Amino acid sequence: MSSSTLTEAAPSSKGSAQALLAVKSVSKKFGDFVANDAIDLSLEAGKIHALLGENGAGKSTLVKMIYGALQPTSGQIIWQGEALCIDNPAAARELGIGMVFQHFSLFEALTVTENISLALPPHLRTSDLEERIASLSQDYGLPLNPQALVVDLSVGERQRIEIVRCLLQEPRLLIMDEPTAVLTPQEAEALFATLNRLTTEGCAVLYISHRLEEVKQLCHDATILRHGKVVAQLDPQLETAATLAQHMVGTSVHEVSRQECEQSGEVALQLSNLKQMADTPFGVHLLDINLQVRSGEIMAIAGVAGNGQGELFSVLSGEVINDVAGAISIQGEACGQMGINARRQLHAAFVPEERNGHGAVADFSLTENILLSRHAVADGQQPLHKGWAGIDRAELASVNQSVAKKYDVRSASIDAEAGSLSGGNLQKFVVGRELERQPKVLVINQPTWGVDAGAAALIRQALIDLSRQGSAILVISQDLDEIFELADRIAVISRGHLSASHFASEMTREDIGLLMSKEETSHPVSSLSEGGA
Amino acid sequence: MQLILEKRAQASRLMHFASPVLAIGLTVILGGLIFAAMGQPPLKALYLYFIDPLTNLWSIEEVLVKAAPLVLIGVGLSVTFRANVWNIGAEGQLTAGALLGSIIPIFFASWQSPLALLVMLILGMIGGALLAAIPAFLKVRFGVNEILTSLMLVYIAHLLLDWLVRGPWKDPHGYNFPKSVSFEGWQLIPTFGDGRVHLGLVIALLIALLLYWVMTRTIKGFEVRVIGAAPRAGAFAGFSQSRMVWFCFLLSGGLAGLAGIIEVAGTIGQLQPNISPSYGFTAIIVAFLGRLNPIGVIFAGLLLAVSYIGGEGVQIELGVSDKTAQVFQGMLLFFILMCDTLIHYRLRLLKGNGGAQ
Repeated sequence: MSSSTLTEAAPSSKGSAQALLAVKSVSKKFGDFVANDAIDLSLEAGKIHALLGENGAGKSTLVKMIYGALQPTSGQIIWQGEALCIDNPAAARELGIGMVFQHFSLFEALTVTENISLALPPHLRTSDLEERIASLSQDYGLPLNPQALVVDLSVGERQRIEIVRCLLQEPRLLIMDEPTAVLTPQEAEALFATLNRLTTEGCAVLYISHRLEEVKQLCHDATILRHGKVVAQLDPQLETAATLAQHMVGTSVHEVSRQECEQSGEVALQLSNLKQMADTPFGVHLLDINLQVRSGEIMAIAGVAGNGQGELFSVLSGEVINDVAGAISIQGEACGQMGINARRQLHAAFVPEERNGHGAVADFSLTENILLSRHAVADGQQPLHKGWAGIDRAELASVNQSVAKKYDVRSASIDAEAGSLSGGNLQKFVVGRELERQPKVLVINQPTWGVDAGAAALIRQALIDLSRQGSAILVISQDLDEIFELADRIAVISRGHLSASHFASEMTREDIGLLMSKEETSHPVSSLSEGGA
Repeated sequence: MQLILEKRAQASRLMHFASPVLAIGLTVILGGLIFAAMGQPPLKALYLYFIDPLTNLWSIEEVLVKAAPLVLIGVGLSVTFRANVWNIGAEGQLTAGALLGSIIPIFFASWQSPLALLVMLILGMIGGALLAAIPAFLKVRFGVNEILTSLMLVYIAHLLLDWLVRGPWKDPHGYNFPKSVSFEGWQLIPTFGDGRVHLGLVIALLIALLLYWVMTRTIKGFEVRVIGAAPRAGAFAGFSQSRMVWFCFLLSGGLAGLAGIIEVAGTIGQLQPNISPSYGFTAIIVAFLGRLNPIGVIFAGLLLAVSYIGGEGVQIELGVSDKTAQVFQGMLLFFILMCDTLIHYRLRLLKGNGGAQ
């Protein structure tokens, strides 16, 4: 409590030599696990400070302590020269610390103004809030209609709501958690302009990202965490993306190698005028989707999050059944009305975006998780299950062992609980479980989302190798670097529409960005009637 | 100083098994305090409640008689709750099973063969499953919350039983008591020797073992566990949520119905307005106390059976209300749900915030 009553002591009188916020040997332990180990960090007014690290390096823990959501086990947080204890996020906001989270907490059924009003302290909820939102968003180049319902807004626009909400409280420090993960390249540029403007006004920004190019472009300082410790503090302008990555990972990152796809084969996965209405009010309708993926090639679908990628994956995998059998065909077989296991028997395999709770069950052992996608599939190999009671535990264990070996899945024990694996290792397991079958068609959603660089390189290489052995692969991804590393052809999904595909060699990031935002400019009704091109 | 709940990095396996023990301990302590507040000697009352029922043969027999329906219903519910399907209406399904199974002794009293008994048991299962099919259908077809529908059907089944034994199914030679004819011969479940323990206990134990095997060794058990732990992973595995709702309701309803017919054809010997001291509701506690594991349910069923007999014991010896048993059962469920928090969280004492000045 006592911290939140701290009064602001003439901020302008403090010279730039003094840090706005300093973290002094702060540690955070969860039981025996040390998430943060004696971290030192200093943020100066008017500078953008990057916080880099792989998943699990301790970035979120550190930020949560600064934002008051967690309390340090030991160490001090010093705000404008005074050591204090930030009890909760409200206290942090009162000090002038604002945060834009990676996952927004907005009510989709309410308007922009209503959402912002809910999150503001009472004294800021004035009657002219709407005008203030309009003028503030205008000033900072964050165009936003205060009366719009959140459900109708793109992810980029939703992020603007969160930023405006922070700006209304006149923050001295703004924390941004992976802000560009959900933005098109053009939207990201606009965000950078806003952040630069904020820093010229004396605001400090703590910028969390693992996109090294943008950190180089934007940030003045960088702190790199690894395994909960600070491993480097440096000026990103003087580094290359490769050297930054080396600091993050600890070793040099394996380059993915790819030969051009010489001759693609037969069409192995085909979508013809696929339509699928969303079954939830806030889902995305898929409209007249046409696509062909040939054996031996990797087709990538780019797009900003929430434009129908999840819906597309569900209807491709058969977790959602389509009304038209012929809308989807795998290896020439019309399968729109087949369930997921029938499609697996056509030598297709699927890897969903979410590892925990979709691709794997966290409380189950790895061998039981092998059974999850393999219990009904023979695939020319030994079926892993026959009849009611025919679970072949020995066979399961041997498949698990070979997946662990081939795809470098590291766990405390060979049959650990899936939930105890790190994100990268669990993703290697989930991908490896499917690749081990040598599927002829693979659909994979966000193959390396939230995965460390080493695991990402291994997974991408495995996908390329599989395609060069003659499998057709469809990758759905929001990560343009990944897409250019993997894809032979690229199509873009936007508001449930899929663009025509183009050869990756003929496309630039800007082209993709334009396709991503195409629907926002054209009138939605006209696009409905225009049909598949 | 501040006591906080802190999330554990990993679920504690120790607490998974220690939680029921802790809950029983807390129930005993609070139970003792309640007895003391009522002016009863707490230690004596607790002894009468928990230990005395196990000290002589007749009461041990009575515990086993009561454990049979609790285990039978509890194992069905343990599978159902595992799949995140919430059948709260086992009490009604028990009644429905008792009603349908009683058709044989009431209308075909002269059919005396082991086959008649078998048909009664099968009809009992069908009766329970039929009543359970209603919430299953409503859930799958219209998305109606199964907790409400299954619970409300309990009262409908009770009123149906009440009407039947006071009206059409009343024993014409029964001096106008609301009771059916007494079941005879092969329409009663055989007992062991002259005692009260009957074959129902064996049936319950066999089914518990069978379901343990299903849950740990078969693909069906795997399906139940996957859908319960992560519904989206269930869809990814190609398991159908709707089929699971049907499976769970038919299984748990069928077993509750079986318990119902076993109760009337084994313990009571005829239909009457009250055929169950809320076995169907108590079995919910049994399922949770047994960690939703069919083997655990056997032990939990025995413990809850003791609570019934103990409740009667303190009523006779000390003159406290016969609702005592329900109070103890309620406390037990309350404490077990509370202690289960400790599987995922730990308690930690936070020292006062020092650096605040």
